[in-house]
Amino acid sequence: MTTTTSPAKTTTSVAQPSASLLERFRVPGAFFLGAVLLLGIAPIVLSDFRLNLLAKYLCYAIVAVGVSLAWGRGGLMVLGQGVFFGLGGYAMAMHLKLADAAATGQTLPDFMQLYGTGDVLPWWWKPFANPAFALAMTVLLPMAVAALLGFFVFRRRVKGAYFAILSQALAAALAIWLVGQQATTGGTNGLTDIQGFFGYDLNDPVNQRTVYFIIAAVLLLLMAAARQLFVSRYGELLIAVRDSEERVRFLGYNPANVKLVAYVVAAGMAGLAGALFVPAVGIISPALIGIVPSIGFVIGAAVGGRASLVGAVLGAVAVAWTQSTLSDAYPAAWTYLQGLLFVVAVGFLPGGLASLVTVLRKRRIPTRTTGETA
Amino acid sequence: MSGLNISRRGLLAGVSALGASAALSACGAKTGSDTSSAGAQADTSGDTVKVGLLNSLSGTMAISEVTVHNALLLAVKEINAAGGVLGKKLKPISQDGASDWPTFAEKAQTLITDDKVVATFGCWTSASRKAVKPVFERNKSLLFYPVQYEGLEQSPYIFYVGATTNQQIVPALDYLKKQGLTKLYLVGSDYVFPRTANKEITAYAKANGMEVLGEDYAPLGSTEFSTIVNKVKDSGADAVFNTLNGDSNVAFFKEYKSAGLTAKSLPVLSVSIAEEEVKSIGTQYLEGQLTAWNYYQTTPGAANEKFVKAYQAAYGKDKPTSDPMEAAYISVYLWKAMVEKAGSFDVAKVKAASDGITFDAPEGKVTVDGATQHVHKTARIGKVRSDGLIEEVWNSGKPVKPDPYLKGYDWASGLS
Repeated sequence: MTTTTSPAKTTTSVAQPSASLLERFRVPGAFFLGAVLLLGIAPIVLSDFRLNLLAKYLCYAIVAVGVSLAWGRGGLMVLGQGVFFGLGGYAMAMHLKLADAAATGQTLPDFMQLYGTGDVLPWWWKPFANPAFALAMTVLLPMAVAALLGFFVFRRRVKGAYFAILSQALAAALAIWLVGQQATTGGTNGLTDIQGFFGYDLNDPVNQRTVYFIIAAVLLLLMAAARQLFVSRYGELLIAVRDSEERVRFLGYNPANVKLVAYVVAAGMAGLAGALFVPAVGIISPALIGIVPSIGFVIGAAVGGRASLVGAVLGAVAVAWTQSTLSDAYPAAWTYLQGLLFVVAVGFLPGGLASLVTVLRKRRIPTRTTGETA
Repeated sequence: MSGLNISRRGLLAGVSALGASAALSACGAKTGSDTSSAGAQADTSGDTVKVGLLNSLSGTMAISEVTVHNALLLAVKEINAAGGVLGKKLKPISQDGASDWPTFAEKAQTLITDDKVVATFGCWTSASRKAVKPVFERNKSLLFYPVQYEGLEQSPYIFYVGATTNQQIVPALDYLKKQGLTKLYLVGSDYVFPRTANKEITAYAKANGMEVLGEDYAPLGSTEFSTIVNKVKDSGADAVFNTLNGDSNVAFFKEYKSAGLTAKSLPVLSVSIAEEEVKSIGTQYLEGQLTAWNYYQTTPGAANEKFVKAYQAAYGKDKPTSDPMEAAYISVYLWKAMVEKAGSFDVAKVKAASDGITFDAPEGKVTVDGATQHVHKTARIGKVRSDGLIEEVWNSGKPVKPDPYLKGYDWASGLS
């Protein structure tokens, strides 16, 4: 962990009076640039289809914001984000399926009529007919699960590989449970064929664009919020816990609570990402929840640089984008190319692409390497 | 800390940009209103037209789907050699579904939007078909699906070239009943096809004086079968109905043999084991066991001899041909016949021309049923031989009319 330089640290330690103006506008400037790119330029230059793909990538990026907080800053190896992504996604999809059914005068979603056991909606589906309840659940349900799990795990000082294994087991368990409940969850197929989004027809390209704008806006807002958290007193404390938990404990803080907050917030973000993924892609299935996708969520952040917010977000988008493009161009060989990319990125740039600048700068002025990052 | 109010200002800028863009994007159509967009336009202007091949070339399903992809390429190559379709050569565009359902949806959209294909062939698992179904419906583009499946579906933009339930599972049950094997044990992988199939089997059993003594599911890819095999052994069943998929079959049949069960003492009828799978499981474990399909490599007829010869010439002397491969192969020919009858690549015209299209397929004569967009197919029960091929022991005598919702069967009335 010691090799990663965090922007927050450099901001405070490097800042000199002469550079203050530049420093003052660096962050809001970058934020504004991001907003212009996502909300202004991308919708103009990209076709409807490509914009829809970008919407999907941005959902992964929202998960990466949480990963950056919990893993990058908190050192929590969150290898089970698929659980929270899935809970949010299913909460949203359940509401949309019920709304679709209601729009065509049915009481049951289409798959229940095919695979279900009767004509009665299961009791735990019923509240999701209410849009406000479903929306709240997309965030609250993942946060509640994370809080419950985190409460027991962090208090018992479970960490490192054990925490990672536990997260993975949870992801696998949820995916297997969903597959087994075909009559009420759609089984392996998941919830598919979603037609409407709060009364708007998702088949209309205009509405698809609106979904993109919502996702881009949520990402930007969460990035801003996460950055506030990073530079706050809590953010400093979180890094302290990551780097030396015992020392923080001796200073009188309870590291369990500090980690719990990061874990729960990251879970909420993953849940929201899952919820937004559903209208953008039109499907949520156990295949998006299990062990492999859970690792996938972390890989993007690792490639981009987990400790850097922008790095993690760009990494998540870049990995998903390369996956799409490579598999379009080389349908038979893209998996090898993708593997190679990970090996190069993780092997030669442990801090991710975000550390590229620092690495290059160090190369040029070798005398400064012994300085700040050690 | 100075970062605090700076970010607040940045936030403000972002929010205002957001408001501006939201104001720019007008609201679209509400649900229920008719958004009859013309769909993506297929490009038929040049000397060649593009056809999409959408299979998993990577991931867990690749082992099966690559063979289907090969069969599709073979059909395209043959059609091009014979002059193409309506004077235009076909250009196959392959996309990798990567055994991942949202990826299938994405790649289907790529084929339609970017490549402007005239038709798409592929998908294997029901989950991947369910994922792409809305994409093809939204774009009013055609998918030809080559694999037997659990029925209960009828999309206006999908042609189902593999068997539906009443062309595979129902004849298999009829066969078992005729053999006097009336006490069944159901073993399957945990996903939609086995679960739905087993519901149908249970309903059939109830109506036909048969008994289902047990029903067990293993997660896809599971290789731990000692518990299930012991339960099967102790159940007193006459036969096992097996809907396991993929490599689970290897573990299941090994365990089955080591528990002392044989094809004679307790036969297993499988619906997802074809020639390709027999090879990977090992003939010594499968010899004498039963399968239900519509086509075997050993099916007699000149059309099949030609198909097997062409496939092995292209992909290797020792490569077997199987039912899904054959269905994929004929799906391209059926589409060609529909286009030629319609005299156009236009989807609506092709659909209208589909009813009654026949083709002398390797499995025998097949006819397209325009109403359900399924195919009349002959059901065949086979027995695994010692050389790894499957020999037919019974067939339905004539092609069976597809009945995806099992409307012609009283016992199935409660299913859908």
